[in-house]
Amino acid sequence: MLEHLLALQVVLPLMAAPLIVLVRNRHFAWLATTAVSYACLVMAIALASRVFESGPLSYALGNWPPPWGIEYRLDALSAFVLVLVSLTASFVAPYAQRSIADEVAPERQYLMYAMYCLCLAGLLGMTVTGDAFNLFVFLEIASLSTYVLIALGRRRKALVAAYQYMLLGTVGATFYVIGVGLLYLMTGTLNLADMAKRLQEVDELRPVLAALAFITVGIGLKLALFPLHQWLPNAYAYAPSMATAFIAATATKVSVYVLLRFYFSVFDPVPVFARLPTGEVLIGLSVAAMVTASLVAVFEQDVKRLFAYSSVAQIGYITLGIGLENQAALTGSITHLLNHGVTKGAIFVLLGGVVLRAAAPGLTVGDLSGLARRMPLTAFGLVIAGLSLIGVPGTAGFVSKWYLILGAIDRGLWWVVAVILAASLIAVAYVWRVVEIAYLRPPPAGASRSEAPLGMLSAALAMAALCVYFGFDTSFSVGGAADAAALLLGRSP
Amino acid sequence: MTPAYLSYWLTIFLMVAGLYILIARGNLLKKLIGLAVFQTSVYLLYIAPGKLIGGTAPIVAEGFTRYSNPLPHVLILTAIVVGVATLALGLAITVRIREAYGTVEEDEILERDRADAE
Repeated sequence: MLEHLLALQVVLPLMAAPLIVLVRNRHFAWLATTAVSYACLVMAIALASRVFESGPLSYALGNWPPPWGIEYRLDALSAFVLVLVSLTASFVAPYAQRSIADEVAPERQYLMYAMYCLCLAGLLGMTVTGDAFNLFVFLEIASLSTYVLIALGRRRKALVAAYQYMLLGTVGATFYVIGVGLLYLMTGTLNLADMAKRLQEVDELRPVLAALAFITVGIGLKLALFPLHQWLPNAYAYAPSMATAFIAATATKVSVYVLLRFYFSVFDPVPVFARLPTGEVLIGLSVAAMVTASLVAVFEQDVKRLFAYSSVAQIGYITLGIGLENQAALTGSITHLLNHGVTKGAIFVLLGGVVLRAAAPGLTVGDLSGLARRMPLTAFGLVIAGLSLIGVPGTAGFVSKWYLILGAIDRGLWWVVAVILAASLIAVAYVWRVVEIAYLRPPPAGASRSEAPLGMLSAALAMAALCVYFGFDTSFSVGGAADAAALLLGRSP
Repeated sequence: MTPAYLSYWLTIFLMVAGLYILIARGNLLKKLIGLAVFQTSVYLLYIAPGKLIGGTAPIVAEGFTRYSNPLPHVLILTAIVVGVATLALGLAITVRIREAYGTVEEDEILERDRADAE
């Protein structure tokens, strides 16, 4: 019975989307979306606890045994990402109602929920599938719905941002599919586990190397690996608040998962991979992302863009751990997927509340002045999430950075340790800019105290509370991530 | 007699031509055409190696021993659907951009955004 949940996890949101479009009622759409998100979370937790107890689950879709049929496969790593995605979804969905009602025209609202369900289905599908081409299809489902979500933003710049993301995103997905095509030519299989086995017997390695390059660049575009991050700031800044919160917390993280999957489960057993400087290149790009994107964030005027650049920097931390390639660093990376997802989710959900009360589409740093007096709880939440972004002890961000530093020390790369600390200091600068204006500047004349609506606020504060919770109780975050890292490095946990 | 790897050379030509149009053109519609050419090249990459000269459809029958691989065709059928969906969405967004900005030229759109900011 339990193994059927693996398919249901994807099928449920996928079926909800057309249902919502047929009913064409925004209240029903919201109810269905929320119900689906909660159901996915329950299923994800049930599946994940089974995986952490008794090892990977496999499900043969349509009862065609792998490698001929499409296999859905859940191991420690994908279970971890599955929980992250459905957890974020179940925080964002109930919060969405007020935010969407405020930002999107009434006749388009049900469509937005339908797109959100499709995006959820795509992301969950990417996580559970064990088939390279099936992964491409889910990647495109998630991407196409993301482009629509972004284009629904209020300002006309949202359209241009969606268009640019669509061009780059499609190029990225096509690069991925070229890479998979080359691998298919060399191995004759699309099942990832089977592919890894057969790759070891391939003599002609040049197409395999080309495939590695295509997949790295393609997925790098989707996860906004520096310098392929150009689409991200505008997409995050001009999308509706709810879409930003959901995409920022999940979409890039699932792409990181795909990269991990290919690097460690497919390519790693191939002897030539060990001699390539992939790790070194990743470390270089990650360090560049951490420093430059953080610096850009310090000088950015638009609040959502500021935190979007901060996302590029934080993705740098995650890819840094992949480049360092040892147990501690990978644990840090995978933990940071969850911790940064929760932190950035909390920030964008809180900003959604500010946008709602400001009743203006754009939000500059100056607009936050006196926020602590106008919206004290929101400002408090921003401080907590900001601390987690910096990596102050006692917050989630600290835990993952701690493991990354341990990983860097293990490799003897002291300069990387210095860069991690320096980038965190720059994060202090941009978070402080926001906090200073929110707490020390007086509110604009005539502004009255009006907190965000309760539904939005409670979702936001719950996410902020998670930032603190994962800073103290690391049994799921680090425990799960350590299992996943051990699995990737080929040791049994 | 066709030169060796002809289908691969054609694929690479289409791939690079598509990417070039995508990058070099400022017109949003022309960029989409480039994107479509680029995606189409991938169809060829999958389909061409699956075909054996003289091979038939993989149906077991007397007198046929060489079969073409049907799987790439199925995969590309899916990829074509994805490509059509992407192109449709791209065109739809372009229509909306044209309604909002009154132009589909990238430089003019950027100019109007700058004018907004001032």
